Amino acid sequence: MFSTQDVLETVNMIDREHLDIRTVTMGISLLPCVRESAQKTADAVYDEVMKKAGNLVSVAEALSREYGIPIVNKRVSVTPVSLVTAAFPKASGLIAKALDKAAKDLGIDFLGGYTALVHKGMTSYERDFINTIPEVLSSTERLCSSVNVGSSKSGINMDAVALMGNIIKKCAEATKERCGFGCAKLVVFCNAVEDNPFMAGAFHGVGEASPVINVGVSGPGVVLHAIEAAPESNLTELSETIKRTAFKITRAGQLVAKEAASRLGAEFGIVDLSLAPTPARGDSVAEILEMMGLERVGTHGTTACLAMLNDAVKKGGVMASSKVGGLSGAFIPVSEDAGMIDSVKEGTLALDKLEAMTAVCSVGIDMVAVPGDTPEDTIAAIIADEAAIGMVNNKTTAVRVIPAPGKNVGDEVNFGGLLGKAPVMPVHPESSSAFIRRGGLIPAPIHSNKN
Amino acid sequence: MRAVVTVVGKDKTGIIARISQFLSEKGANILDISQTIMEEYFAMIMLVDLTEAKEPLSELSEDCSKLGEKIGMSIHIQHEEIFNVMHDV
Repeated sequence: MFSTQDVLETVNMIDREHLDIRTVTMGISLLPCVRESAQKTADAVYDEVMKKAGNLVSVAEALSREYGIPIVNKRVSVTPVSLVTAAFPKASGLIAKALDKAAKDLGIDFLGGYTALVHKGMTSYERDFINTIPEVLSSTERLCSSVNVGSSKSGINMDAVALMGNIIKKCAEATKERCGFGCAKLVVFCNAVEDNPFMAGAFHGVGEASPVINVGVSGPGVVLHAIEAAPESNLTELSETIKRTAFKITRAGQLVAKEAASRLGAEFGIVDLSLAPTPARGDSVAEILEMMGLERVGTHGTTACLAMLNDAVKKGGVMASSKVGGLSGAFIPVSEDAGMIDSVKEGTLALDKLEAMTAVCSVGIDMVAVPGDTPEDTIAAIIADEAAIGMVNNKTTAVRVIPAPGKNVGDEVNFGGLLGKAPVMPVHPESSSAFIRRGGLIPAPIHSNKN
Repeated sequence: MRAVVTVVGKDKTGIIARISQFLSEKGANILDISQTIMEEYFAMIMLVDLTEAKEPLSELSEDCSKLGEKIGMSIHIQHEEIFNVMHDV
């Protein structure tokens, strides 16, 4: 039985420390929807998503009221669309429109899975599919796209990396009237996971049940307050404090995930233990690192602080949930984190330091705006660096950069809402073109040979 | 099903009376009450049984928020399970 103090602690976490369930995401397989034509497939896709997720929003809202904990986002992830449209890749846009309409009719803000998995090689239908991404992201509102270009087991497909540098530039150009907003809906992964509930990188893997409920918990604010209350603790003690806090947050997530799955007739998939910031003050991963003792995030010591935070969150979370998955780590999206934005503006946090940070946390160079005239090969090289970190360290890494058209260092790009605003960060002016143009596959590291 | 009602705000007369009356109207049976004063703030926690409740928990939750606004207190009603899972290993 809980004590008065326990009850007040929970209420306080929700009321003042932004504790919430960040997302309840339903994964749906689209494989049963494949028909003999693109239009018939699109119709079947729409029907399937509406049938399976029709009650997602109402069930999540009821749960939110009953347990008194906000559920911020309700979302859907689907089978990588490139698999569904393999027979007619150039008409993939029809499926995209059907998914976008389904998202709108369901009342959800994002639906993920306009995805291709090309980490070892790329078929002609996958290349055709990837080439539709800029047009699709500029003509749809809620659909998110991702491409997996590498894995620890297979290496890095550098032809796909080079192509994605080009696709990201085209996405920015196609959505230039909205500062390259299309790029905010496009993630390039290494070691993409099949059960990620978070956007923009969510898709529903072929090894999954359907429908399945995956839940992303959050709570940077709760961790921040726990650390604030322990100014004298050494780092061992602090790690323990973070673990305990992560345990509580995750338990709330697991409760909601199980109950949502049961009410929606879905399988309970996983709880993703990520610390996902929002642009709100006090809901920032950067502020946690600063509370741990850094004057500004990005200075020396940042990587070590983040490594400890990330590890402690996982340890507390793994104890709390029977099924952990997704990305499970601290997110460092620049535009979505007030503390990160401040540090970039002051010149403390640079792209190189961000890259180092991604070696010890999830997920990668995320929601970073770079100058609009950044060459596509430089973007490809940023992707290659991140993919290398992921490949060698057996972890998921990702790149979501926005080469904001017409913008330069010192400018700011505002996407609004949860996506926040991004100060444009400088990239190295020296060329990486000759390296990127070599193409081919960077072979998998020696330690991937485990059989 | 059991739920926990929490009432937090500046202390004043008649809070318990007001809340008890509200719960009684809704068919919620009070099983346990505890209250403390933290500085000038009043914090009350009630465990209630909703077996005979006249409306579902999600509606009660909205009504509690409205009552809270009316009397200038923060009032929540939540399924007890959220506290069990968060505070029990």
